[in-house]
Amino acid sequence: MRTYHQLTDPDRSGLGDQIGAQRKRVAERLAAVRRIVAVMSGKGGVGKSYVTAHLARGLARAGRSVGVLDADLNGPTIPGLLRDSDARRATQESPEPASGLDGVKYVSMGQFLEEGSPLSFKGPTAESFVWRGAMEAAALREFLGDVEWGDLEVLLLDLPPGMQRYIELCDILGNPPSVLTVTIPTPESRDAVRRAMRAAVDHGSELLGIVENMVGGELKGTAGDDLAAEFATAVVARIPWHPTPDTWNRLAAQL
Amino acid sequence: MKFLCVECDQQMTFARRELPGDGTLAATFKCPKCGRVVAMLTNPMETQLVSSLGVEIGGRTVPAEPFEMVRANVVTGGPAWSGDAQERLARVPSFVRGMVKKIYADYAREHGITEITPAIMDNARTELGLEGM
Repeated sequence: MRTYHQLTDPDRSGLGDQIGAQRKRVAERLAAVRRIVAVMSGKGGVGKSYVTAHLARGLARAGRSVGVLDADLNGPTIPGLLRDSDARRATQESPEPASGLDGVKYVSMGQFLEEGSPLSFKGPTAESFVWRGAMEAAALREFLGDVEWGDLEVLLLDLPPGMQRYIELCDILGNPPSVLTVTIPTPESRDAVRRAMRAAVDHGSELLGIVENMVGGELKGTAGDDLAAEFATAVVARIPWHPTPDTWNRLAAQL
Repeated sequence: MKFLCVECDQQMTFARRELPGDGTLAATFKCPKCGRVVAMLTNPMETQLVSSLGVEIGGRTVPAEPFEMVRANVVTGGPAWSGDAQERLARVPSFVRGMVKKIYADYAREHGITEITPAIMDNARTELGLEGM
């Protein structure tokens, strides 16, 4: 009996071509985006979304066109941080991104969900772990390929904790995004963030530096300096507990 | 995905796709030589996996719409609650209110109801044996 590759007639479903078309759609949509930066950590609760939103606002205040894609599909917080009451309606009805504080463009799963509702998909409930990850990756692909970002100098991707979403991004984008890492000073954070940075280096991402958040309070440690030395990169900002707009403007100036 | 008519040693061609509405998928393929038709039937989990890839068995006939997968598959919220129904729900003790709300919402979804009213709550209580909720 002949094998798959010995059957030479075209496969009418063209699943490979359909996947290829999806990749092309993402590439075409992002062609006018000059820089894609993943804000990631590997550690939860260090303030990735907070840093992302305020960095974006700092960039926008400096006159740079900036967008934020909230890639934390299960815990979307960007709409709350960039506060725009009309955002939900705007994005559900068109592929235009919402416009938030300081004119930052953004899209988030939070705009598609009822307030307080978890992300859930229609489909068989038994053993949903089999397909749920693929659904989330598909949603991320649509956010990247369908949102009309227009000309952007920087697109910030706010990643959830862990490495899964980063790896999906690398697959969808075709090229690994640049990475800005967020940590808090503690050794526990350092150890978790180290794994994420190692994965980013292994995938070929450019490391833009480290943001050490929640500095100057009860959280003790030297995670930022330790990681900077280990990965030959810089601590580009140390964010105190009560940052001012100048704090973010200085960080934005380095990006 | 290709299908081979072993008897004819001939690649079968895609004929049609059907979505019966129960989460399954049926795709039929025909041997161009002997005319034999076979059907590939996928269970809901397999169908969901195909759907999650954003592809269509048999090929796309129209370009993908923006947010096609998200709009088709993400549960964007439960049914609406009328003012009277909300007041009634508010009288349920808070420690079980979430569970009770979910029961009514699930009932509404299963019956294609877009707004929950006190009458709907009464029907649900009767049908589900929830007297007292």
